[in-house]
Amino acid sequence: MKEIMQKLRDASLRAISESQDSENLESLRVRYLGKKGELTQILRQMGKLSPEERPKMGQMANQLREEIEKAVEQRRAELMDAMMDLKLQQETVDVTLPGKPAVAGHKHPMYNVLDQIKEIFVGMGFEIVDGPEVELADYNFTKLNIDEGHPSREWTDTFYFTEDSSILLRTQTSPMQIHAMETRPLPIRMIAPGRVYRKDEVDATHSPMFHQIEGMVIDKGVTMSDLKATLNLVVEKIYGKGTVTRFRPHHFPFTEPSCEMDIQCHKCGGKGCPTCKGEGWIEVLGAGMVHPKVLAGCGIDPDVYSGWAFGMGLERLAMGEYKITDLRLIFENDIRFLEQF
Amino acid sequence: MKLSRKWLNEFVDLPLNEYNDRVFAEAMTVSGSKVEITEDLSASMRNIRVGRVLSSRRHPDSDHMFILQVDVGEKQVQIVTGAWNVHVGDLVPVACDNSLLPGGKEIHTGKLRGEVSEGMLCSLKELGLTEHDYPYAVIRPAAILSDYHPTDLKKHSISTDIQPGDKVFGSVIAAGVNAVAREGDAWKVTLNPAAEVLCGWDNIHEGDLVAYDTAKGTILGLDDLHAKQAEFPHCQADGIFILHEDVKPGDDIAVMAGFDDHVVEFEITPNRPDCLCMIGLAREAAVTFDRQLKLHTPQVMAKAGGDINALTKITIEDPAFCRRYTARMVRNVKIRPSPAWMRERIRNAGMRPINNLVDITNYVMLEYGQPMHAFDFSCVKGGEIRVRTAREGETIRTLDGTERALTPSMLCICDTEKPVGVAGVMGGENSEIVGDTAMVLFESANFDGVSIRRTATALGMRTDASSRFEKGLDTENTYAAVQRACELVGLLGAGEVVEGTIDVYPGRKSPVTLALEPEKINALLGTDIPAADMEVILRKLGFGAENGVVTVPSWRGDVEHYSDLAEEVARFFGYNEIPTAFTGAISTCGGYSPEQQCERRLGELCRGLGMNEIITYSFISPTYYDRIRLPEDSPLRDSLKILNPLGEDTSIMRTTILPSMLEILCRNYNYRNKSAMLYEIGRTYHKRKDGLADEPKTLSIGAYGEGVDFFALKGWIECILNELDIHDLHFSADRDNPSYHPGRCATIVADGRLVGTFGQIHPRVMQNYGVDAAFYCAELSFDAIFALQGGTPVFTPLPRFPAVTRDIAVICDIDLPAGELVETVRKSGGERLRDCVIFDVYTGHHIVEGKKSVAMSLTMRADDQTLTDEDAGTIMRNVLTALKEKHAAEIRM
Repeated sequence: MKEIMQKLRDASLRAISESQDSENLESLRVRYLGKKGELTQILRQMGKLSPEERPKMGQMANQLREEIEKAVEQRRAELMDAMMDLKLQQETVDVTLPGKPAVAGHKHPMYNVLDQIKEIFVGMGFEIVDGPEVELADYNFTKLNIDEGHPSREWTDTFYFTEDSSILLRTQTSPMQIHAMETRPLPIRMIAPGRVYRKDEVDATHSPMFHQIEGMVIDKGVTMSDLKATLNLVVEKIYGKGTVTRFRPHHFPFTEPSCEMDIQCHKCGGKGCPTCKGEGWIEVLGAGMVHPKVLAGCGIDPDVYSGWAFGMGLERLAMGEYKITDLRLIFENDIRFLEQF
Repeated sequence: MKLSRKWLNEFVDLPLNEYNDRVFAEAMTVSGSKVEITEDLSASMRNIRVGRVLSSRRHPDSDHMFILQVDVGEKQVQIVTGAWNVHVGDLVPVACDNSLLPGGKEIHTGKLRGEVSEGMLCSLKELGLTEHDYPYAVIRPAAILSDYHPTDLKKHSISTDIQPGDKVFGSVIAAGVNAVAREGDAWKVTLNPAAEVLCGWDNIHEGDLVAYDTAKGTILGLDDLHAKQAEFPHCQADGIFILHEDVKPGDDIAVMAGFDDHVVEFEITPNRPDCLCMIGLAREAAVTFDRQLKLHTPQVMAKAGGDINALTKITIEDPAFCRRYTARMVRNVKIRPSPAWMRERIRNAGMRPINNLVDITNYVMLEYGQPMHAFDFSCVKGGEIRVRTAREGETIRTLDGTERALTPSMLCICDTEKPVGVAGVMGGENSEIVGDTAMVLFESANFDGVSIRRTATALGMRTDASSRFEKGLDTENTYAAVQRACELVGLLGAGEVVEGTIDVYPGRKSPVTLALEPEKINALLGTDIPAADMEVILRKLGFGAENGVVTVPSWRGDVEHYSDLAEEVARFFGYNEIPTAFTGAISTCGGYSPEQQCERRLGELCRGLGMNEIITYSFISPTYYDRIRLPEDSPLRDSLKILNPLGEDTSIMRTTILPSMLEILCRNYNYRNKSAMLYEIGRTYHKRKDGLADEPKTLSIGAYGEGVDFFALKGWIECILNELDIHDLHFSADRDNPSYHPGRCATIVADGRLVGTFGQIHPRVMQNYGVDAAFYCAELSFDAIFALQGGTPVFTPLPRFPAVTRDIAVICDIDLPAGELVETVRKSGGERLRDCVIFDVYTGHHIVEGKKSVAMSLTMRADDQTLTDEDAGTIMRNVLTALKEKHAAEIRM
């Protein structure tokens, strides 16, 4: 009996190890270990054994069962691995082939920049204000302390809708200062981006329609110190930490004192290069303390309240940011241009 | 405004070596006079010296060149030149070895036909100069017969072997030159056959053969011979600049010509016309660098006797336009070039020297900022000046030789009959200073800025004078300016000044005074500047400041408020010295308004669907309405019209955004971009009763290319609106929109409100745009979307019981919109019917003509139990019954 078991052992283990697929393996398992399997058959003959031999043989048979079971499991795992390997092999792709097309649209580059600026101001407690583009000359000029004879009022410079020059396309976002002062509760902290119009022929740096961002703060105790601190922070957010700025006197009829703000040329560090036209500085915006006359004209007591305002051109900012060389590209809307941003 | 640093030093001591360009520009800029650019004039030339011609011989191997020995100071050089106006003893500009000429040309020692030339002699042009700078440097060439090159070889006017004494024509003979000697400005030429001629020809040398008119005793030029330049190629007016200056060999030509100067160009803001002159900028520079400002009071020597008041009368008929008219007269005028120093200054300031009288007026304008005019008084009819507006039909020929029609809004300077000048813009040719002018009237007047600007614009001539006047000049300045002009007349020996000044001054104003309120100024600036420091700054600028009262100087018309004083103080305290601190409105809470948030969300959704954002002009051409086939009576044609547009293409404000989108789609299509998906959230402009506009926003979508069709567009729109929690959308066919395909256009209504229109653009519109493609567009009202969008979503519990789906197909009339079937299904299915989606529409085989099969998938679910087959069956029966009753739709077997 021992010999028979030995024989079964050798035959079964060989067959299992040579099995090539899981179906065959399962049939082997049934053949050797099943209810009618060969090992069971052997065990049935146990009765014929002597009582001394019976436990020995029983133990031996159990050992054999375990051994065969283990072999089946091991072979099964091997076969699974091989199958997996084969599957992986078959599923291998050429990773250099193109991906399936998926499209994401692009924000217009100028509005990318505008949104960046809005975020900065919103973060500093500014509201964003929207206003009309068809505007009264009163708001675009008169209330901004721009007198009747001012050259910017000429029909050669401004688009008009009425013969009496009373209704026009706003030439600046500054009338939003007046609208805000007349309608909003104090204190005010707002920016007003938008379209503005001037009678300039289209070329690489001019367009009859362009965009400005106006900003204004009105409160008690607002000073030029505040203007400088706030705009320095804004410019640092736009152009990066450590950006060197300078303020220099300028003239706007509706601010006094007025200034322009320059940043030191990032390309040459202020030594002078073609980017800054040799000046070492690049002008970024105009600003100033809201003229007390303008405040008073809007019903705000300049002895109690003061404020500052600024205005900047969006096109030039976007062109600088993205190194766009021709303003016309901005309004041409060629998708080969739009998709670059 | 161009400022000569050399000239500036006359007023403020700011030597170039101590205050280099960078230091000067930076300091002036931050104190308020913005420097645009600084040009070192000497950088354009190098190593060009004064030389004296020691000897001259003809080049052995050339028919026109001379070999010269030239003393250039430390050494003697040999120069080969092709110019014929150089003589031994002349002082000439020599571009020595390794020199640089204006324009970037470098000169090195070289050989010309075998002879070494250690440089080059220069003409005026080569030095970047003109005869305006050196009027004496005109070259007059005689016809040298050996230079005769007949243009037609068969027709020789002059025999090639002509000898001295041979007849040329008439009384003209050929004559050899035995000797040439300078005599003053002229040349004494000794001829063979024997004759001695004093002439002005600059190109005659010993050994030349000239044409001599024995009858007149003159040597002939090209014109006298009726010869063309090409026939005497080397006898030309172009040649070497012979110096008549107080210089010696070795001197630097750059210094001699006034190029040892740096010219600073300023951007002067319109509120500071006082800075459009030397004195104004000098005042700013003096305060900026804390240096003494040296001003000079003109001293006039009136030697002519008589009195101006006896000679002329001046009347201002329009005092609103002419606030002051100051005049003086000069007799025995001698018109000639002004001296070199004046010409240099005028040139370095960017103007052209003309003659002494004209130069004086320009010089005074550059120095004092007061434009002046000089009239030839003999041409002033009636001997009287009347300042009045032009009469209808009057014309004037201005100094530039153009006949100008005048209008009654234009201020003119007139005599008793006619205009002799357009006030503040340009003088008239009829009273121009010419060579024989003997009596001059200097005008130093103050005109209204706006009037001058409008006149200059209307006549299309913005001059140096008008561009100053238009900013509004200081009325107090006219007197000093006319005095200075008369002083210069004396200094230059240009004439004799007549006694007396006429000064008509209807626009006199008393000086402006302001209270000095240091606390207000400090409150505006955020500084703590003591009152005394403020006074110091103001006084340096020419303000009076005493006992808390500031007197504004006459030239500072821009200062009228304490905030203006704050700027003056801040400028010289230093804008960049003002401390930085956050002090304003820091309690506000910023953010986006609900409208702005909605707009941002719309943009995000469009981009998420693959659309690119565009920005289009708000104005369009009225012809665009024809292109999109708007009916003649469409209210959308009632646009706001720009009365002064750049052109028709940008002449009206758009009432519809569609043409803007179509233009961009066309452009992309024409650029051969295969497909495009675009969006814009833009305004349209609609007339309001008060003349202003309603400016609602529209979400404009446009697309073409692969995968783009009606249902793709509809899918995007549904996605966008659903994402904003706008459901229950009702689409209905719009067959009447003239811009869209009548069978492929729909309007969207939600909650009873029109959201917009979309569809395929009408092929006729496409024809109008000349594009053979299918464009799909949508115009959705932002206001409607904003009003309809859902608020904060409320959580709906997730379904706990499974859904049952049933697919059905029904046969109905082919014209019945499938959407109506869905609507009926929804209404009749009860609350357990959760969804109904069409998944197929079929016509053709097995379907009766005029009918179609619509397949729908119905989803049913209950919240409290798993639906049984029976429950589902009930719903289905209800649905089918309703479909049958309402649409006669039968289930397809």
